[in-house]
Amino acid sequence: MAESHATAVHAEHDHKPHGWRRWVFATNHKDIGTMYLILSGVMFFIGGTAAMVIRAQLFKSGMKLVDPEVFNSLTTLHGLIMIFGAIMPAWVGLGNWMIPMQVGAPDMALPRLNNLSFWILPFAFTLLVGSFFVPGGSIAGGWYMYPPLLQQFGAAFPMTIFAIHLMGISSILGAINIIVTIMNLRAPGMSLLRMPLFVWTWLITAYLLIAVMPVLAGAVTMQLTDHYFGTSFFNAAGGGDPVLFLHLFWFFGHPEVYILILPAFGIISEVIPTFARKPLFGYDAMVYATASIAFLSFIVWGHHMFTVGLPVAAQMFFMLSTMLIAVPTGVKVFNWVATMWRGSMSFEPPMLFAIAFVFLFSIGGFSGLMLALVPSDYQYHGTYFVVAHFHYVLVPGAVFAIFAGIYYWLPKWSGRMYDMRLAKWHFWLSAIFVNVLFFPMHFLGLAGMPRRVADYAPQFTDWNMVASIGGFIFGASQLLLPYIVWKCVRSGKPIEANSPWEGARGLEWELPSPAPYHSWQSPPGEAVLAHADKH
Amino acid sequence: MKRARLGTLLGTLALAFAGDPLPAWGKSGWDELNMPRGVTNVSTRIYALHMMAFWVCVGIAVVVFGVMIWSLIFHRKARGAVPDVSLTHSTKVEIVWTTVPVLILIGMAAPAARLLVRINNNTDPQLNIRVTGFQWGWRYQYLGSNVSIISKLSASSAAASMMHSGISPTSVPHYLLSVDHPLVVPVGEKIRLLITSIDVIHSWWVPDLGVKRDAIPGFLNDASFTIAPDKTGTYRGQCTELCGRGHAYMPIVVHAVTPAAFEAWLKQQSALQSEAATHPPTTAATSG
Repeated sequence: MAESHATAVHAEHDHKPHGWRRWVFATNHKDIGTMYLILSGVMFFIGGTAAMVIRAQLFKSGMKLVDPEVFNSLTTLHGLIMIFGAIMPAWVGLGNWMIPMQVGAPDMALPRLNNLSFWILPFAFTLLVGSFFVPGGSIAGGWYMYPPLLQQFGAAFPMTIFAIHLMGISSILGAINIIVTIMNLRAPGMSLLRMPLFVWTWLITAYLLIAVMPVLAGAVTMQLTDHYFGTSFFNAAGGGDPVLFLHLFWFFGHPEVYILILPAFGIISEVIPTFARKPLFGYDAMVYATASIAFLSFIVWGHHMFTVGLPVAAQMFFMLSTMLIAVPTGVKVFNWVATMWRGSMSFEPPMLFAIAFVFLFSIGGFSGLMLALVPSDYQYHGTYFVVAHFHYVLVPGAVFAIFAGIYYWLPKWSGRMYDMRLAKWHFWLSAIFVNVLFFPMHFLGLAGMPRRVADYAPQFTDWNMVASIGGFIFGASQLLLPYIVWKCVRSGKPIEANSPWEGARGLEWELPSPAPYHSWQSPPGEAVLAHADKH
Repeated sequence: MKRARLGTLLGTLALAFAGDPLPAWGKSGWDELNMPRGVTNVSTRIYALHMMAFWVCVGIAVVVFGVMIWSLIFHRKARGAVPDVSLTHSTKVEIVWTTVPVLILIGMAAPAARLLVRINNNTDPQLNIRVTGFQWGWRYQYLGSNVSIISKLSASSAAASMMHSGISPTSVPHYLLSVDHPLVVPVGEKIRLLITSIDVIHSWWVPDLGVKRDAIPGFLNDASFTIAPDKTGTYRGQCTELCGRGHAYMPIVVHAVTPAAFEAWLKQQSALQSEAATHPPTTAATSG
């Protein structure tokens, strides 16, 4: 006990460097987490700006605000930036902040690696975003970069590929760090099946990252050598096979989808029990469901390629394996609903975003199930129906879960409470207009509007106008978030207890708010663990 | 005061974006909500499968969202609800909500699998047409004859689609969905398309036919369909794989005519094209 007293005193002198050195040479998980989150926010608004131009261009038939090639650049960059720049760094940022606190560790296991994996990213995104301004503009072949179209772009082509290499290295290093931290730095007594679900989902996500990022890196490198060194991996004229790239890309691409959504499942599984004041229903089932989804994600990639002309048997296999994902995903949704059932719910901003997540992610799941049926997919493939589907799982899915996480843990990070009224405004504007924005896209796709068109026939104008108006308001309301966070950190009302949420459980809530610089300097004992479990 | 100013601002914005007085409004744009039933053996069955899947999803949604909304209303702290903290696990319930979805999925997968096999039966066609995508248009070759058509965006649509053209899309018939030389096919006959590309990946899609296949360089994909005998008419579609700057500007138009009319048309085209081949191009029909 004397030791823990000494630790408390020591915590006052945390020896962190000051000024710019604190950030450039950062090895602290909180500082690095903050930088990840800020970077993610910046990229979210850059990608969002691209989306606003896209929605303006599509406001009506014959709009012609930008050249079609610029439009294609914008859709491509919007996709790459939002996936690699906004959502993935947000998860790493949240993971950095929360995993050491949640497992009872002082910091991440590999702090210098942590620094490296963050500082690679600004360079990667400078290359990616900068490619928009080189002669010929950025690549304009869609975020999945199919050959031979990708071969038609200029200086932006190698820039984008190098950016992807850098992002991939950063992701792998980040994933290694998270796995090592979870495996080695858990507090004594915290068995695997006692870990919070956010830690579990991140652990599984980290394995997915390590498994698939090299595949993407390899596939884009083969495109690079096709272009500059005369190989013909994907060039039919040289005996190569363009479809091979599609297989490689989607072997990466489908697990990537779960990389974007699994940590979201973790956050929702933390938030709902807190505000339902009731333990999570079916914890073990949640863990197994997450693992099954991760496994299945490796054997469903062909459902992105049903119109490519795969053999019927292969189409059948990918249809059935894809439908199977509905089972563990259903288990998750049922468990969340059962957690709310006979709870005592209150509706603070994190809970509001979590509830919207369950509703709207399920809608994305339903359209996903419809897309799995190959014959129907022949009609849906490559249309706005697909755009609606994946935006439902990624915006009110992944992005809302990030918002829920920020509103849940911001008081823990800052020691202050944010403006609840403004945060509720942020929620209602987001939740209403995300539907105005994306729901009509189902209609557009079914009625026959292909995705990635710079202009369209007049009969599609009405629903496009609705979507664009929803998009402008949704986009503008996101500006509330940085303001709310800034206001909270600057002048929020300090919170007195360890936790502002009466139903919150978990080790992070056993620490004072704001959390000490080196989270758990001595491991929490069994008493603290038991308290964290029960509360 | 404030509200009035906001109104003016919105009005100005709306005008700026609308330009000419609200084009498609009042037409059928709002009614474009669902997949077309289509006119082929393939498309009508896909439509039925699509609606089945849709209603299954609606059914599941009603149950799941119903329970959730019930909870949100009745199990809230503001109503004095007391949490039942013992409710953390129930093997019985968990078995039910794992097996029931599996059964539902089998119920959906069975008809989908049958239809999948049926659609991909490309044997014994009565007419073979090779479809070649290029940046940006389609070439159609009627195998067994010398007839070949290059099909590109119609001149009126192309003119209106130019930057600063000043031409309203509503003034152009079938803006972006009309071509110079449509594909002509007979109704009531099984038609097989052999689809490829000479440059990048395209995708040939006509919703009313229920056919979408990628056109991939180095590959020959096939797809087949039979248009119902009473469904002569014009069916429109578009390229559905991003293929560069002109992706939005390579529509597909299919004229479905009676077999007799088709034979006559093919004969006439054949004569025209062999004449053009022997007397090299001055006004070649293929220059499109």
